[in-house]
Amino acid sequence: MAGPINWLSQVASVTKFGLLSIPQRRGSVSAAVIGIAGVVAVLVGVLSIAAGFRKTMNASGAPDAAIVLRSGADSEMVSGFLRQDTRTIADAPGLARSDKGPLASAELFVIINLPKRSTGTDANVPLRGVEEEAFKVRDNFKMVEGRRFEPGKDEVIVGIGAAHQFAGLELGNKIKAGRYEWPVVGIFSAGGGTAESEIWTDASVLQGTYHRGDSFQSVYTKLSSPSSFQQFKDALTTDPRLNVKVLRQTDYYAEQSTAVTRLITTLGFLIASLMAVGAVFGALNTMYSAVSARTREIATLRALGFGSGSVVVSVLLESLVLALLGGVIGATVAYVAFNGFQTATMNFQSFSQVTFAFQVTRQLLIQGIVWATVIGMIGGLFPALRAASLPIAAALREL
Amino acid sequence: MKFIHLIWSNLRRKKLRTGLTLLSILVAFVLFGILSSIKQALAGGISLEGANRLVVRQKVSIINSLPESYKARMERIPGVALAVHQTWFGGIYQDAKTFFMQNPVVPEEFLDMHPEFILSPEQKKAWLETRTGAIVGSKTADRFHWKIGDKIPIQSSIWAQTDGNRVWEFDIVGIYSGRDKNTDTTPLFFRYDYFEEARARAKGEVGWYTIRVKDSSQAADIAKKVDQEFENSPYETKTEPEGAFVQGWAKQVGNIALITASIMGAVFFTILLVTGNTMSQAVRERTGELGVLKAIGFSNTQVLGLVLAESCLVAVLGGVLGLGVAWLIASGGDPTGGMLPQFFFPRRDLLIGLGLSMALGFVTGIFPALSAMRLRVADALRRM
Repeated sequence: MAGPINWLSQVASVTKFGLLSIPQRRGSVSAAVIGIAGVVAVLVGVLSIAAGFRKTMNASGAPDAAIVLRSGADSEMVSGFLRQDTRTIADAPGLARSDKGPLASAELFVIINLPKRSTGTDANVPLRGVEEEAFKVRDNFKMVEGRRFEPGKDEVIVGIGAAHQFAGLELGNKIKAGRYEWPVVGIFSAGGGTAESEIWTDASVLQGTYHRGDSFQSVYTKLSSPSSFQQFKDALTTDPRLNVKVLRQTDYYAEQSTAVTRLITTLGFLIASLMAVGAVFGALNTMYSAVSARTREIATLRALGFGSGSVVVSVLLESLVLALLGGVIGATVAYVAFNGFQTATMNFQSFSQVTFAFQVTRQLLIQGIVWATVIGMIGGLFPALRAASLPIAAALREL
Repeated sequence: MKFIHLIWSNLRRKKLRTGLTLLSILVAFVLFGILSSIKQALAGGISLEGANRLVVRQKVSIINSLPESYKARMERIPGVALAVHQTWFGGIYQDAKTFFMQNPVVPEEFLDMHPEFILSPEQKKAWLETRTGAIVGSKTADRFHWKIGDKIPIQSSIWAQTDGNRVWEFDIVGIYSGRDKNTDTTPLFFRYDYFEEARARAKGEVGWYTIRVKDSSQAADIAKKVDQEFENSPYETKTEPEGAFVQGWAKQVGNIALITASIMGAVFFTILLVTGNTMSQAVRERTGELGVLKAIGFSNTQVLGLVLAESCLVAVLGGVLGLGVAWLIASGGDPTGGMLPQFFFPRRDLLIGLGLSMALGFVTGIFPALSAMRLRVADALRRM
């Protein structure tokens, strides 16, 4: 071998030779490229569902916010407090305050059935009764349309996600739940969190309608700072009048998202791995036929003194270029088709629907390209080795 | 049939290429099988007893309860044979992640309503005699290695006993199996009388009812009558066929059918391209030989048949092997470790898969086959 420069120029010329012959092999090359694009699109697409769900859950809680539930309850559904408990909780040290008092909202949570727009079948939609402080306890709460409900009135405001996913939640409409009708007076956003999947009304109104007496299910609080969580938690858990569990909202929502994201991720990887195996066979087929179509040329080059190393590298490079092309196409398709796609699924912890949007993150795109590269490597390696080990004399005789 | 040898040697000419094509078809059908199983697990979970069962739930939402006294009123409606109730217990055994359903039921009528749960007469007798007795499905019993006679503590996040205790103890007196492959054998059922007496609140309230109608052609009518019966009461109802109820649940998770169908579409489109390309390549390389075949008297139709048979053989072989592998994987059980208990490969989809593999062979083979048929002997021989 006459030095690295010479070797590189050999690689370059053999690779160029291979790449220039691609138009003659349009069929098999595009089959391989599309195969790899399919793997990447499915991988990125399926994982973007999990990423979107996780993002919604993460956006729901802030580090300086805490939720209080009855001890032993793992969700609001099964938690319960009397009004005096919620007062004790609001008076605990460590909470942020406004001029009206501590930032704590005692809330209750019921589920009503509304038809999903996409399927027309009933879905469990959360209807939450909140206190006045609820709007300050949650960061990023904003009215998008209309106004807030008036305390004491049978009025509701609807999260923007719920308004998109469920039928009949437009401003000015009336929601029927059992024998009651609730006029929709506003649409709100909440920084992309789960609150956007919910319908809100005044807690005392909801208590009356659902015969809940003066009881609540959870207390949402804003801490004076993220570090005052421990103080707040210790004060409540050592209070003999209470039997509660205190969680940072970030932890509470992270816990709720694990089951769904794990399910989607497991299935997504299973499907994409199988597809990847199929794509490897496709790539192998393409590269083997590329090599066999060029048997004479490769043999001639070898006879002229080109090294077997440069032949191996050039076949690998060609395969990688095709794989990367497929990867980029697949990632682009996934991004265009799935990013921001609005949907809703069941959150089994709260037994109700969560609306969210698919998220094609940069990380997922990179992951897709990495998969494409690996498929290209495997698909190119064996044909490359065969090309390098061709017996020169025999191959030339085929002329 | 007499040309099978010819087809076979054509396939063996480029063993590597045939092998790789076969493998990519195989993988496509493994995927088909896995996706069908996933769809089955997410959407078709529960065995349905046919059209004669209705589910009655509170109209506002299934989490709202109904009075136990509705049973008698439902059974008085003409055409209703039996009404039984269940209540969501929401219990946790050991760890919140090991989820399975536990519901209090009235044993005799419950087993009457659900013949898909098979329990031996001795175990049924033991259940009727043991107040704290519970029966559990074979899947859950296997999972936790429970035996008859075990005492199982389950903590309920919803129901406390009158003394404030949330841990309920049940004696396993029976282990039931499923009559059909897709009978859900994960739930535990325990006695309603024990539950009713011990619970601290909401006495006399149950979760939902299942109704059996005498004549399934009357089911829609009876559903309407049930809802009318309870109209304007504090507990209005919504009654629907069990199938619609179960599908409604699946649709709450998401449009699973659409998602799996789009993935399958992507997979088959790709495979179609790969095999189609390989087939046409194979035919192109053999132009000369096909010319010879025609010259020695093979008819156009015979040449068409030869090429088509070749592609169909590869596709069906790959399809059968792939479906077999998928079946093996699916019979290994739930890949997510407990989240999809109903994970298996439905027979109906197996047949669809076979049909698809034939279609694949036809579609990929037909264009090369047509061009082989149209080949003129003189042109073909000149290219030799």
